[in-house]
Formats: sequence, structure tokens, C-alpha cells
Amino acid sequence: MPFIPHTADDIAAMLATIGVASIDDLFDEIPTELKIGELAAIPTGMAEMDIARLMQSRARADGQPVCFIGAGAYDHHIPAAVWQIATRGEFYSAYTPYQAEASQGTLQVLYEFQSMMIALTGLDVSNASLYDGASALAEAVLMAVRANRKTRSIRVLVPRTLHPAYRRTVHAIVAAQGIELIEVPFDHQGGHTPVEQMDAIAGTDDFAAVIINQPNFFGVLEDVDALTDWAHARHALVIAVVNPIALALLSPPGDWGTVGADIACGEAQPLGMPLSSGGPYAGFLCCKQEYVRQLPGRIAGQTLDLDDKPGFTLTLQAREQHIRRGKATSNICTNQGLLVTAATIHMALLGAEGLERVAAACYANTRRLTAMLCEIPGVEPVFERPIFHEQALCLPAPTADLLRTLAADAVLGGFDLSQDYPELGQALLICVTELRTENEMRDYADKLARILATQT
Amino acid sequence: MLIQDHSRPGRRATAQAPFNLPEMTDIPAGLRRCARPILPEVSEMQTVRHYTRLSQKNFSIDTQFYPLGSCTMKYNPRACNSLAMLPGFLARHPLAPDSHGQGVLACLYELQEMLREITGMSAVSLAPSAGAQGEFAGVAMIRAYHLARGDHARTEILVPDAAHGTNPASAVMCGFKVREIPTGADGDVDLTALNTAVGPQTAGIMLTNPSTVGVFDRNIQSIARTVHAAGGLLYYDGANLNAILGKVRPGDMGFDVIHMNLHKTFSTPHGGGGPGAGPVGVSQRLEPYLPVPLVACDDGQYRWLNECERPDSIGRLTAFGGNMGILLRAYVYARMLGREGMGRVADFATLNANYLLARLRSAGFEVAYPARRASHEFIITLKRESKELGVTAMDFAKRLLDYGYHAPTTYFPLLVPECLLIEPTETESREELDGFVEAMIAIRREAEEDPDKLKDAPYSLPVRRLDDVRAARLLDLAWKSAEAEHG
Repeated sequence: MPFIPHTADDIAAMLATIGVASIDDLFDEIPTELKIGELAAIPTGMAEMDIARLMQSRARADGQPVCFIGAGAYDHHIPAAVWQIATRGEFYSAYTPYQAEASQGTLQVLYEFQSMMIALTGLDVSNASLYDGASALAEAVLMAVRANRKTRSIRVLVPRTLHPAYRRTVHAIVAAQGIELIEVPFDHQGGHTPVEQMDAIAGTDDFAAVIINQPNFFGVLEDVDALTDWAHARHALVIAVVNPIALALLSPPGDWGTVGADIACGEAQPLGMPLSSGGPYAGFLCCKQEYVRQLPGRIAGQTLDLDDKPGFTLTLQAREQHIRRGKATSNICTNQGLLVTAATIHMALLGAEGLERVAAACYANTRRLTAMLCEIPGVEPVFERPIFHEQALCLPAPTADLLRTLAADAVLGGFDLSQDYPELGQALLICVTELRTENEMRDYADKLARILATQT
Repeated sequence: MLIQDHSRPGRRATAQAPFNLPEMTDIPAGLRRCARPILPEVSEMQTVRHYTRLSQKNFSIDTQFYPLGSCTMKYNPRACNSLAMLPGFLARHPLAPDSHGQGVLACLYELQEMLREITGMSAVSLAPSAGAQGEFAGVAMIRAYHLARGDHARTEILVPDAAHGTNPASAVMCGFKVREIPTGADGDVDLTALNTAVGPQTAGIMLTNPSTVGVFDRNIQSIARTVHAAGGLLYYDGANLNAILGKVRPGDMGFDVIHMNLHKTFSTPHGGGGPGAGPVGVSQRLEPYLPVPLVACDDGQYRWLNECERPDSIGRLTAFGGNMGILLRAYVYARMLGREGMGRVADFATLNANYLLARLRSAGFEVAYPARRASHEFIITLKRESKELGVTAMDFAKRLLDYGYHAPTTYFPLLVPECLLIEPTETESREELDGFVEAMIAIRREAEEDPDKLKDAPYSLPVRRLDDVRAARLLDLAWKSAEAEHG
């Protein structure tokens, strides 16, 4: 019996100890009419060698095309040590560290992760993760509405330059609580959100929070200082949505404007998590000290033991559902602990200089491919403002068709912007990480040129 | 020692980053960082050694018996991990076209269909990232259903007092008020109280069956009739699905919506707190509201269904639609068990729980619901030991760690004083269970001879008992650099 150690002797002895004749007798409190027979639609069991063969053939079936898609998930180098250590049984098969004395390994990792995230974001405290970047933003919105006692507003300004899937996720999670999400249009030349657009949309209304993403979904860099000061002048909290790799280069949310953003969140996937079709990743959420009691999710803290020796434990648990039930800051229980373990090891291995080198390589590669693609007639950047590692391009033919043809030739050419942003026409968002080589970029440019040439 | 304490200026794991550092000329200085973030500066070997040593400070299923009630800490087969981490699966971008995802989509589709069959529901979405997100999705669907019918009066969700804390928290996140229903003396839901509570304001009830007191609610069909007659829907919290896998189906009990915890029942790892996966299943009337994405199969071609194909969906819960790598692990586990293995899970989880209960009872421990059959878990109460010897359930729990056993769940559910909620799971051997009973007996003997010995436990772990009150009062949530601390 797979994964069940009982021998016939064990079963007989155990039934005798309980005082029943058969295992079926142990289910005698369940109404008979509810019991089912065989689950006919489930296939019969497989040996490990057979399921291995099946999974290997399926993994191969997905191919390994060369990827120029970013749009919220990024193909970065992951040091071999990261997952070899993270999948050690002691990390992999441990539970949530509620019994602190038996979980010092996991708890110290969480504390180190929190320390690294506040170093990157420039804020005061970090939690120990949420499900992903988009759900972390939804929690940040709920947190800001609870925390903003000055405006007591339930309105939140959301730039249209924010990732479309993030906007949809936030809406799905916060709408039932009556929170109003108000979209701010972007400047079509710059691809950014100017302060004048904020003024035009905001009028004289009050807001609980303003979301600012840096870089934005188009890869474009926003004027974060001006936007932050604009929000604070109206007593709205600032929620920063940031890419942790970009933070190696860019001004951290804690330094934005005169007094800094109040909350920062984002997707930790670029810190050592494989693309893996979209998950598991991890969301991070940091804030200023004054909002720590509104921060959702688990938080590790340092304390002392009976011998005054330092140790780690989950703390401020009175915010959480297992203590506070219906009055908790969130319903979250299970988070993304193992991914946090990977991210912590990843950040230790890369360090600040390593992350900066990764960011700089992505920066340079994206400009390199942009230059190659813009040699093709009809291909040009959509926006004028500086970018980080993603670039929106106008195309002379329908984006979806081009991407399909490229994919058939093992190139994933980018993200089709025309669905979510029809106002941009035939537009494409490319991303070139440090993993892409000169040859891969040249190959992409040649293939796109050839496809466009045959179409005209 | 923290990784930050190993740091020395200028040290690096040089092999892990690009060798070139290009100039970045077109980013305005005002948008750049003024100074590098203070991250550890350590070598690769220091990092490997540090985190390997940290791992050794953990209890885990791979190293210890872990009888945590309601958490289903069973063996996580290694094949599930290695097959979910095949390079083809790891490299796939979430926005890659379906043409480059037929392999992973086939696995997800088959998992979706197997879960549908196992739970007796009419459709399943794999999108929720964990149990609590599954609960949120489930309650949001109940809300969407009532609103679509123009029924705006249903503002209340009923939750038994024994429920997991996530239940009321999820209901509140969906904008509902929560009304608690008491548990009767026999462990079943108090039907009289339920009858009084239901009405035109009832949106639904959230139930765990077997419940967190470790018994199967014998009146489940009557509860379903009462709630449905009042116009409410039934939500099944799948935390305890391991107890009935392949035996009884929530859909047949009358539930309209259910979440599963794949990190419990389908043996995906707990990972020190996550990731999980919390798929939801629904009856036909809730199908349109399932969270996106779903996987469809037309003529052997698999494809994602997103917002445009599912206009009535409650929407998207994460940017890319779920913890795919965890779903793949659950798929491998389900295929290895097969149809004949599903029922065996419930059989042996229940056998182990009842055996452990019988042995602890004959050793003189008090069982909370002695007249009832245990499901896959049960509660013992240490209120007598607490009164006579002055030792608490927490003291027992901490001393168990010294004996090499992870503690059972303590002080949950709240309605039983000084309780230990014990769930051995099907993957533990009889010898392991016997060893645990011997440890419990030995600890009680210690409590009789020298209660302080328990109060000061544990002794043999990396730290002694930690001061939680101090942790909350003198918040220390991150390492601070010397400069930050002094200036």
C-alpha cells in the first residue's frame, strides 16, 4: 500500500486494541446511505517509475521556447544552492512555526527575510509573505483603508499603468467590503501617470490611498516623488508596488517624496522562484512602523528564552485569524513560507551588488533588443520616458498573429498589449532578462523581420 | 547568528551574478537609489552552511512524528517534488500560449476532474492559493449567487463555535456578519440553536465534517435540510477531508461549495508555513461564479478559461491563477494513490487515530468525547492534570518536544479546556504511535514527581521556552545595521 506502513499483524492487533472487528466498523457513525462505492472515474494507482515516465513526457511536451515575456513574472538565474537547500526535508516538510522552540530554523529564515525586505524597500517592518504580488496589493489596499484614520475614506486611486491582472485581483478581493477603486488614466506620450491626471480625476474628493507602481506595467519609470507628495498633501496613504530586482537600482519606497511611501508590496518571484506557470510565488508587504498592527499575515520577531538566550517566535498574533477570528486583519493562514526560504537564500547569495548586476544586465539587454527590433520598418517604442527592463513597442501588424507565428518557431515574443490597452493599437511588451544572450536576441529580431517581410 | 552577522564588506558569491556591470545612462538621478541596500555580503559556502545549519534547527515530517490535529502532517512523497520540478514545468512562463503548455494543462485538467469526482461536486477551480483563499472564494460565490437572484437580505453566515478561525475571518472579508452556533455536549452541532438561528438573513453555513472536535456530525443531512429550507447554502471546510477521502463525499451530504487543502489531504509540503493550494468545488447552481482560471478540454486540446470566457466569475485571486507547482505535486500524489488508494487514506488515518485514542484512554488520559468514535483525529483534555498537578496542555506540549515528538495542536478548539487535538495520519507506523503513548505516560509521571520539570521544558532544543509576551511588547522584527542602530 503506497505510503501506508501497516502489516496484516499490525492491523489485527490495532483493531483488537480498539475493540472492533474491522476497519469498516470505525465508520459506523456515518449514515449508511452516504457511503460511496468505488470512485470509478479515478484511474488505478501508478508506481513511481510509471508516473515519472508520464510526467517527463508532459514536461517535454511544453518545450522550452526562448522567453521574452515579462509582464509580472521574470526569467532570472537561480543559483543551484537555492532549491537544493530549500527542498531539504527539514524546511520542505515542516509546519507553520507555531511551536517556536521546534522551528528556530524556519523562524530565523523569516526574520532574515523581513530584514532583507526592509533593506530593499526602505520601510520599517515587513511581514513573512502573502500569496503573490497581486493578492499582497489587495491586502495593502484593505490595510490602508483600515489605517487611514485621517480621511476615513473608502476610495483608492489605481493607475491604469498598473498590471491589468493586479487591478482585477484587487477588485475581486476588496469589492465586497464596499471599497471604491478609481482608475487614473495615463499620459500617452510618456506612458506614465502625471500629477495633473491625478488632479483631474481626484477633484475635491478624499482618498484612503493612492497606488503608485515603479516601474509601471509598461516598464516606464513614474515620477514617484511628485506622486507621493501629491497623495500625502491630500492625507491619502501611499501604496508602492515595486519589483525587488529594480529596487537594487531605483529609489526605495521609503525615500519617495518628502516622507516616503507608507506601504510597499510586490511580487517576490524574481528572487529565486522559477516561472512555473504562475506559481507558487510569494507576495511581500512592508510598511512604516506606525502601521504594524494593521499589517496582515505572519510576522517573526526576536525575543529571549528562559536562559535569556535570543530566539525567534511568531509575534503580534493578536492580529491574526486563529486568535482574533472575525476581527482579524485578514483571513490569511497558510502563506508562502518555502518560497520565502528560497528568496532569503537567493538574496544572501546575490547580495546588493549581485542584484544590481542582474538589474543592470536586464536594463542593458532590453535596450539592446529594442534597438535591434526598431531597425525593422514599422517597429518603434510606444512611449518616450525611460524604462527599466520592459519596453512597449508599436508593431505594423496585429500583435496576436505575430506572437503566434513566433511561438511556432520557439520564440515567446512578449505580451500582447492590445487586449488590455486597445488605445495603444497593435502593441507589444517585451522583457529581456540577464539570461537572454546576444544570439537569442538576434534570432528574435531576424525572425520578426522575416515574418513582417512576408506579410507586406 | 544571523546571515547578516557573517557579512564582511566586499565579500561576494561572485559566480551567481553577471560579470559585467553596464552603465545606466538614461535613468534620471532622482529616480536612482542613493546608496546600495544593506544586504549580506557573504560567500557561497557561508550561505550554504548557514542555511543548512538553520534547517537542522527545525522539526519536520522527514525527521519527527508530527501529530498536529487538523493539519494532516503526513509523509510528503519525494517523487511529487522531483516530478513537479522537472525543467520543462519550471521554465514555463505563466503567459506562455496554451500551445506551449499542453503538458502542464493536461495534469491540471485531470486533477480538476479527479477532485470533482472525489468530492461529488459538479465543477472545480484550482485557483485558490490556500485554504483561507478557498474559503474566501467559496463565500464570495455564495454572495454572488444570492445577489444574482436579487436576494439582498442575506447578510449573515453561520459558523459553529468549533470552526477554524479562518471561517469567520473569510466571511467578514466577503462583507458578511458572522453568527456563532454552539456545539452540543455530544460534539455534533446544536440543532435547536441552528433552528433558531436560520432565517431569511442566512446566506449560508460553514461546516467542517468531521468537525474539529474529531467526530463526524451524524445530523449532517438534517442540517442541510434546515439551511436549504431557509434559503441558505452549505459551505464545506475541507480541512478534515483526509478522514473521509474515498468514503463519503461532501456533495452527497448536501454541500453546495467546498474547499480542499491539498497541503493536507493530497500531501503537498507545508514548507514551514506554505505554499498551499485550496481548490474549490461547487454544485451546479454555483458553477458560473467559480474563480478564474479554469482548465477546459476540447477534443484533446487543453486551454485556460479566463475572465472573458467566464463573465459571471467572482474573478481572479492572484495575478497568474494559483500555485501550479503545488497542484502538480497533488496530481502526482493522486495518480500514485489511484482509486484504490483514496479510501485507504481514510481507512488508515481513522485506524491510527482510534488506536492512539484507545491506548491513551487505557493509559488513563481523559478523552473529550468518550461516547464518540474518533474520526482521523481526537481530543484529550488535561484538565485533571492541570487541576491536580498544576501542569498545562502547553507544558505537556513543550515536554513532548524533548522526547522527539512534535506537539499536538494545543488550545484548539477553544471549547475544550486544556486540550490536545491529536491527528496521527495514515503514514505513521504502529511502533511510532506506541512510542508517542509511552512518551505521554512518562511525561505524566514526571508531572506527578516534579511539575516544574514540565514548566521549564523544553531542555534539549536549540532554545528553551521563549518569551512570547516580550516578543510582542518589545518588537524586534528585523536586523538593523550598526549605522542604522546608532545614527
